[in-house]
Amino acid sequence: MSNMSGSKALLEGLWNEGARVVFGLPGGAIMPVYDAFLDSEIRHILARHEQSAAHMADGYARASGKPGICMATSGPGATNLVTGIATAFADSSPVIAITGQVATPTIGKDAFQECDTVGIVTPITKYAFQPMQSQEIPAIVKKAFKIASTGRPGPVLIDLPRDVQINVANMSFPKKVDIRGYNPHITPHPVQTKKAADLLMNSNKPMIWSGGGIIISNAAPQLREIAELLMAPVVTSLIGKGGFPENHPLSLGPIGMHGRPEANKAICEADCILAVGVRFSDRSTGRFDEFAKDAHIIHIDIDPAELGKNKKVELPIVADVGIALKSLIASLKRKIVKRDKTLWSKRLQEIKSQIREGDFGSSNELYQPKIVQKMRELLPSNGILTTEVGKNQMWGELYYQAIEPRTWITSTGLGTMGFGFPAAIGAKVAKPEVPVVDLAGDGSFRMTENSLSTCIEEDIPVTVVILNNSTLGMVEQWQRLFYNGRYSGVKLGNTPDFVKLVEAYGAQGLRAQSIKEFEKAFKEAINSEVTTVIDCPVAPEEDVFPFVAPGRGLNEVIFNSEDKN
Amino acid sequence: MIERTFILSTIVENKPGVLFRVANMFRRRGFNIDSISVGAIEETGLSRMTITIFGNENVAEQTVKQMSKLVDIIKIQVLDYEDAVRRELALIKIQVTSNKSLSELTNYCSIFRNRVIDVSPGSMIVEVTGTPEKIDAFLDIVSGYGIKEMARTGITALQRGTKK
Ligand SMILES: Cc1ncc(C[n+]2csc(CCOP(=O)(O)OP(=O)(O)O)c2C)c(N)n1
Repeated sequence: MSNMSGSKALLEGLWNEGARVVFGLPGGAIMPVYDAFLDSEIRHILARHEQSAAHMADGYARASGKPGICMATSGPGATNLVTGIATAFADSSPVIAITGQVATPTIGKDAFQECDTVGIVTPITKYAFQPMQSQEIPAIVKKAFKIASTGRPGPVLIDLPRDVQINVANMSFPKKVDIRGYNPHITPHPVQTKKAADLLMNSNKPMIWSGGGIIISNAAPQLREIAELLMAPVVTSLIGKGGFPENHPLSLGPIGMHGRPEANKAICEADCILAVGVRFSDRSTGRFDEFAKDAHIIHIDIDPAELGKNKKVELPIVADVGIALKSLIASLKRKIVKRDKTLWSKRLQEIKSQIREGDFGSSNELYQPKIVQKMRELLPSNGILTTEVGKNQMWGELYYQAIEPRTWITSTGLGTMGFGFPAAIGAKVAKPEVPVVDLAGDGSFRMTENSLSTCIEEDIPVTVVILNNSTLGMVEQWQRLFYNGRYSGVKLGNTPDFVKLVEAYGAQGLRAQSIKEFEKAFKEAINSEVTTVIDCPVAPEEDVFPFVAPGRGLNEVIFNSEDKN
Repeated sequence: MIERTFILSTIVENKPGVLFRVANMFRRRGFNIDSISVGAIEETGLSRMTITIFGNENVAEQTVKQMSKLVDIIKIQVLDYEDAVRRELALIKIQVTSNKSLSELTNYCSIFRNRVIDVSPGSMIVEVTGTPEKIDAFLDIVSGYGIKEMARTGITALQRGTKK
């Protein structure tokens, strides 16, 4: 027990939980905490917009597996965080947001910069706290970490009235906190795992579909073990990329709207699907009623509400996927009546060989898929790639082979443009020793480009590759395909000159006009001590294919615009 | 799939914002609350929310799962509709236009074991306690007289017997 202010207790609490960095931007209602930063060893990284602070915290969390912290003042500071919090919520990322609030006696009086932050974020957080007394802070910080990082992770917000930050109280920091209504179930029911083992053993064409849960649960080794044990091919969701090495012979890549065609084809033929840490998103499954119609489906997830939410499955298992896979592996090993999978392996080979897609010859033209493949070639396997949203992201999905967990970071659930760049900064703070690259579109980059100041002033060097097509490309593609080329609100024009723009920030700006120039620029960028942006002027009419049109089944892959009907 | 009424009996933390979180979850998922009643239980700091919803098994299952995810919900139980003790209270203001209708209504009330709480010129207020079905049955009978106003509390319920 010791006497201290609420602000000091907050920072001590964060420190005790392992937090070493906070991304934020101050204002009146959070000034007492900012004052306390001066006496704390926690590093504060100044964002230029609170949305970016939240994405940085999110990128930090996804790269490290530890909660990322962001901070903002009341009112507009808090509302600016909202997009970032919603992005983290949609992708189950442990972000802890701390906001200032007007003093307790003024709450409800519509004071200056008062807004109902807890009310606004309730649907997009796992929980939101508002301590009314300073001495509640230590336990609340501990609870926030517990809720954010356990079970199915997700954002938690702490809304701190100004007087609660200032008041001094006798603080005690609990070693453990008990939250009566919060007890995630993590061990699988043994009967269910046995049933799962039986289904898998008796299948001729088993397949594993793995998602973000595998990465969150650090279960990549178990996933690999079970895949090799069953000789089952592995497909992933978009967020699941990296959970299984995409250069492994059993890897077929991501399924879904812009998934790999071989993955989409193969999953339609599987007779038993082990779905681990996925949530049956419509972007992954295509039409729900067409998805894996004839397969037995085993679905393992830590969130019971995901089981049966979008699709009724034969065998739901509530558990941490890592723990569940371990016990599943143990039951499988006890059986060892190996089915003959040679027909299935042959068929998979056949599917793979029918799909030529992905070989782009030796032309020097600046072609988007080729740029992405080049990036993979030049980045080490632990290098981190973030993406923006749009065609850039889909080219990344199709052509960037993620090899290690936590090296592919992208906004999947919310699809937030402007996420990739600040997320890259957060990831770089978490992993300073590896190169971090944002694969961007020109439209998305403009949304959070002012984070360049953070890179420069805080000395956080990252690389940005802009596939610059002077349009909001993905929307333009849909207008081309589904609105007869009636283009509306998608032309961005040729401004700004990105090289000049980033130079104005003090960053390095390079332009690549060919694959050779790109290769040279990219090598320079990822080894540079200063943030480097590579502007790649590319053809706007180059669309992303293969593609499964919305509302269609995964078996209806189209390879070019003529295919669409 | 068959649609019916489900009674969710939940124990929740008694603190600000809990009802908001529950109501918000229903709105967000597009579920509908038919009735809700909240009150104290035997343990201080906790309340019981009895919520009835109408829908099929899938909707009920999702509702329960999404409710369970709310940190302030300590326990949730779907009561067996037939086997639960279900009670609701209704106050009904009925139009009374003549002495004849007054005596008829008083008669119905005694058959239903209802209490007449107030008689004023032109109307009377009746208190009905019982299962929602009983209240509905009484309403059917008296609706011809003209119902001026009504207030129903929504169901509160407990599971019979030893099951807790
Ligand atoms: C914040 C936000 N606003 C709008 C959208 C809708 N949207 C999806 S993709 C896209 C175009 C992205 O353009 P750009 O970043 O240039 O990438 P490109 O598709 O050209 O690679 C838009 C506007 C979105 N996902 N996020």
